[in-house]
Amino acid sequence: MSDNFAKVDAIVKKYDRNPSKLIGILQEAQEVFGYLPEEEMTYLANQLGISPARIFGVATFYAHFTLSPKGKYLIRICDGTACHVKKSSDIIAALFKELGLNEKKLTSDDGLFTIELVACLGACGLAPVMVINEKVHGQMTPDQALALVREIKASEGGN
Amino acid sequence: MSINLENIAASFNERMDQHKYRIMICGGTGCIANGSMEVYEKFQEVIAAKGMSVSVQLDKHESDVVMSCSGCQGFCQRGPLVTIYPEGIFYTKVKASDVEEIVEETLVKGNIVERLLVVDAETQEHIKHVHEVPFYTRQNRIVLENCGHIDARDIEDYIAKGGYVQAKRAVLEMTDEEICQKVLDSGLKGRGGAGFPTGLKWTFARKAVSEKKYIICNGDEGDPGAFMDRSLMEGNPHAVLEGMIIAAMGIGASEGHVYVRTEYPLAVERIKLAADEARRMGFLGDNIFGSGKHFDIFIMEGAGAFVCGEETALMSSIEGKRGMPNPKPPFPANKGLFGYSTTINNVETLASVPIVLAEGSTYGQLGTENARGTKTFALTGNVVNTGLIEVPFGATLRQIIDDIGGGVVDDDGTVKPSNFKAVQIGGPSGGCLTPEHIDLPLDYAGVQKVGAIIGSGGLVVMNHQTCMVQIARFFMQFTQNESCGKCVVCREGTKQMLDLLDDIIEGRADENTIPLLEELAYAVQDGALCGLGKTAPNPVISTLRYFRDEYEDHVFNKHCAAGRCKALANYVINPERCKKCSLCMRTCPNGAISGSREEGYRIDPAKCIKCGACQAACKFGAIEVK
Ligand SMILES: Cc1cc2nc3c(=O)[nH]c(=O)nc-3n(C[C@H](O)[C@H](O)[C@H](O)COP(=O)(O)O)c2cc1C
Ligand code: FES
Repeated sequence: MSDNFAKVDAIVKKYDRNPSKLIGILQEAQEVFGYLPEEEMTYLANQLGISPARIFGVATFYAHFTLSPKGKYLIRICDGTACHVKKSSDIIAALFKELGLNEKKLTSDDGLFTIELVACLGACGLAPVMVINEKVHGQMTPDQALALVREIKASEGGN
Repeated sequence: MSINLENIAASFNERMDQHKYRIMICGGTGCIANGSMEVYEKFQEVIAAKGMSVSVQLDKHESDVVMSCSGCQGFCQRGPLVTIYPEGIFYTKVKASDVEEIVEETLVKGNIVERLLVVDAETQEHIKHVHEVPFYTRQNRIVLENCGHIDARDIEDYIAKGGYVQAKRAVLEMTDEEICQKVLDSGLKGRGGAGFPTGLKWTFARKAVSEKKYIICNGDEGDPGAFMDRSLMEGNPHAVLEGMIIAAMGIGASEGHVYVRTEYPLAVERIKLAADEARRMGFLGDNIFGSGKHFDIFIMEGAGAFVCGEETALMSSIEGKRGMPNPKPPFPANKGLFGYSTTINNVETLASVPIVLAEGSTYGQLGTENARGTKTFALTGNVVNTGLIEVPFGATLRQIIDDIGGGVVDDDGTVKPSNFKAVQIGGPSGGCLTPEHIDLPLDYAGVQKVGAIIGSGGLVVMNHQTCMVQIARFFMQFTQNESCGKCVVCREGTKQMLDLLDDIIEGRADENTIPLLEELAYAVQDGALCGLGKTAPNPVISTLRYFRDEYEDHVFNKHCAAGRCKALANYVINPERCKKCSLCMRTCPNGAISGSREEGYRIDPAKCIKCGACQAACKFGAIEVK
């Protein structure tokens, strides 16, 4: 745990202990920890001299921040206008079904996959679009999306 | 020490001239997704294997062939794109496996690989050069011109195209008043949505009394279905920075911020690099262009909130707070970021500034009376050529969708003018245009008159398989998700509107639903605090205006002509296609299908729960939705 606090310290230092840089600080913390863990955030509040409520207020306001761990593979499916018109909802439904997820439960039980629905990835020319970790997959169909997910499952050791 | 831009340009051009070929590969998001980086690497490998020397532009080495990587060239549908200079041979849909042939045929033997060329849809002729491709020749690419022709990572490339000349002039030779006047005279209006005259905005800030002043570049681009600003930041980030330097000189700012949405990692990377390069050259920081003046730019990544595109919310976000809007006045020009005078401009607005400032610029002569210059649009949806385009204000949908976009595609893949149902313009704050507007000149006033807005430039084309009630619901869901919750009218009003739309889509609506929806729409429009709420009802109002019978068909006949509303669907078995295998009957979870091999099968509409399982199971496509 103290290890983690040291990591928080390093980030705080990089941003000059400046609470107005809070969003940058949280972005970096999320990169380090994968999410925003509660204890570390309370510690961070202390270090910045602001209330934990302010931190959780900001963290819950922005869609990019998450307070619980995400799956090893982050699948972002675009449901922006262009993708919607090109039937992204069929892809979303297929992947939800395949991974046993729904709009309330977005991370699979094995901790392998998290699905995130986003409004526009700015690759609308290739709609519908899906991003797995950093790789953009354009002009998707439900079948292609399923194939990609099954491929990952297989490479992660079967089931 | 003054900086000699001409020398930098001349030495860059000299260096480029000593390469026999320059290969420009599109490194926009679309092309990268289609594998352009593998193509980029493959070229280096194959060229070296053929015994030619090859280098990458940034290394600045001598070689036979130099590899460059551009920003988005706009023709995303046909990517990855490869252009071979000096001639400008234009290959599309290039895969790594094509590279061997291109190098052997084109670079070694001087032949053309015909199968990779664009084919003219009308004449069926192959088009050899990039400057002859109709998709481009039918546009006026001015703001986007360099985007796609330069390597965004190389500041010298931008300088060689005349970059930073206007910034230098603004810093060294012009007064703040002259700068503002020049921008005012050009007629440039904000491209971020509201269309406010840029020169006027700057004049307010110039006259404001404030210890410190800020200029902010709004790169939040939240409108889903739009990617113009992304492409500019990725493909020509220096133009944006140059615009900011000019703005800073016009209003007297000493600090600039670029706010980029987090979904655009490549844009963040490119614009950060560009700012570092500009600082290294002495265009940013202390003593810019040797003038003794100070101006620097910082880049901040957003964190995923649409409302942060609204200027007061954006400033809260830069201050490290929840991105909630504040009532205006006070206007940012008087009291903005950290309480100081602040000017906020959109990415495309700022990238247009160096163009309008140039001596003898004819940019302002393009366009219409109330909207001068050009506008970029992200053309997406059911159209043949999706991508990024730029046309003068006053262009028509016919020009954009048919001439540049190549026509409207049906779900079955056919292209016919009659496929065109509507285009959504202006995103969640906008409205729709229909076939009756196909020859309407697009400018701020003209589009507003028919109940939509130019907005930031998203154009989503829709065919007849699109249900307009669903589209209205889609935007309502979006704004409802993104409503920050500060004002009740927007938070609750959008929620109720969404529920009413769901009633219509799911068959619960009655004769009161549409009037109630309309009343609520006007109430939210009037009562909301910020632009998000005020404009949230627009898609509903606009679709009701043009597609009222479609709404009524849903409400009174419980029927969706586009067949997209599942709950209203009527599943029937087409006896001509049915092979009487009985699979549907066995699949139906609710026992709604009955019959026998002799008399065939039928679906009892009273029992059918419209789950679609039978349709998915039928191998002969015999189950149809009516
Ligand atoms: C909800 C909402 C979202 C907005 N999103 C953006 C945006 O993503 N990009 C943008 O440039 N302007 C956006 N705006 C407009 C800005 O508030 C502001 O008017 C604009 O950045 C001014 O720049 P301009 O004068 O150069 O157009 C938005 C406004 C509202 C109300
Ligand atoms: S709408 Fe999906 S990438 Fe823009």
